[in-house]
Amino acid sequence: MQHTTSSFFVRGLTLAVIAFNVSGNYFLDVGMRSVGQILSLSPLDYLKVFANASILLGVTLQAFWLISQLSLLSWADLTYVLPVTSVSYILATILGAVFLKEHVSGAHWGGVSLIVLGVMIVGRTRPRTAPGDHDEAP
Amino acid sequence: MKWLLVLIIIVCNTTGDLLNAFGMRQHGHVRDFHPSAVRRLLYSLVRNRYVIGGLVAMTVAFFALLSLLSIAELSFSIPATAGSYLFETVLAKLLLKEDVHWQRWLGACLVAGGVALLSLP
Repeated sequence: MQHTTSSFFVRGLTLAVIAFNVSGNYFLDVGMRSVGQILSLSPLDYLKVFANASILLGVTLQAFWLISQLSLLSWADLTYVLPVTSVSYILATILGAVFLKEHVSGAHWGGVSLIVLGVMIVGRTRPRTAPGDHDEAP
Repeated sequence: MKWLLVLIIIVCNTTGDLLNAFGMRQHGHVRDFHPSAVRRLLYSLVRNRYVIGGLVAMTVAFFALLSLLSIAELSFSIPATAGSYLFETVLAKLLLKEDVHWQRWLGACLVAGGVALLSLP
């Protein structure tokens, strides 16, 4: 029962990390495309981009990504989290190709295949192997 | 300058991930995601020196990446990030005492190779 609950949390959190990362990056990309290039040493020029709704949404989603990533690290090893959450690279490639009409070459699809393979291999391992695991946060 | 920024990104990314992983292991499992529980979690995290150190390191890595992107191609910058997968796997085994068996090594190598291919123009 305990194992089932852990497994449920790890899978759920992994999906949340991937979803927040991909959607956050997507909205930041959309926002930066409408804002245009910023080449300035003034912090004010960078703060102005927060007036853009897409960028604000992207930053909010990135904050959710950080919370979910830290929560996932409370359940799983770093060497499990890093490869498994790299699915976000694949989704970012697909989103870029479908919605932003970016060119995806053969080498890119080769990269996607390698990541899929790596994620499938690591996904079959036990998420937590490290010693000193705590059951519940205070 | 380019290689100095790559070094800063790899070192800070690796340090940030290791500190966050160690800090969250000390914190214990996070199960509750109601707004009040998330508020308590954030309050607890700002008092966790490992997580704070991790976030500082990740912030430095983020600005170093922005600087690198301003002087180098994306196809050069992203493989630098991919390289940190292997570096972090070695250090997670040595410092966090994670059981990194052959599936995880193979997975990390495949993902690093995949990210490098994705960054090609």
